[in-house]
Amino acid sequence: MTVRVQSEPFDMGAEVEAFSATSKGAGAVVTFSGLVRDEEGTLDTMEIEHYPGMTEKALEEIRTQAMDRWSLTGAMIIHRHGPMRPGEQIMMVATASRHRSDAFAAAEFLMDYLKSRAPFWKKEFGRDGESWVAAKDEDEKALGRW
Amino acid sequence: MIDVMYFAWLRERIGAPKEEIETSADTVAELVEELKARSEAHALAFSDMSAVRVAVDQELTEMDAPLANVREVAFFPPMTGG
Repeated sequence: MTVRVQSEPFDMGAEVEAFSATSKGAGAVVTFSGLVRDEEGTLDTMEIEHYPGMTEKALEEIRTQAMDRWSLTGAMIIHRHGPMRPGEQIMMVATASRHRSDAFAAAEFLMDYLKSRAPFWKKEFGRDGESWVAAKDEDEKALGRW
Repeated sequence: MIDVMYFAWLRERIGAPKEEIETSADTVAELVEELKARSEAHALAFSDMSAVRVAVDQELTEMDAPLANVREVAFFPPMTGG
């Protein structure tokens, strides 16, 4: 499966191995994973809400754009929802291509779009109570470079 | 009837994830005006539209989007994925 939305943790090593094995003709694999920051010990839990149905469609669309735009032999996205503790993996992307530049660029593109065009919302629960994570202006601006 | 869905702090402020609405609104913006009249909580949730995004039938769109034959409209704050 090239796009997965799930609450359970994933094994990044196993995912990358399986992805690399099915990416025929690749000479480069780029991976990125996002973790829950502990915010200097003040964060207890992060909870991620999403929009079932739209989330899967949005991720598939973002992935398709990357496949059309760069010369890739494969691309995958896993994104979790639900409660997570500091240090846990939230999501990962992997891209594969014959030469590394396409895989690097496509991975950055996927990350920029996931940040502000995939329907996820993060809420932090910590020492200072609970609060929704605000979207950053620079995340919106980052889309401009593509 | 259309399903109106709310996520993140919009869901919290309105106090429900979803409501079925009978509407004659032609656009999302008109629907928002109708929703604001439903309760104080709705009016508060939609008081700053620069902080609200909308998806119509699960596609991200703008507030002037038409509502003809639409089944589902979702309101939410800017997304924070990744």
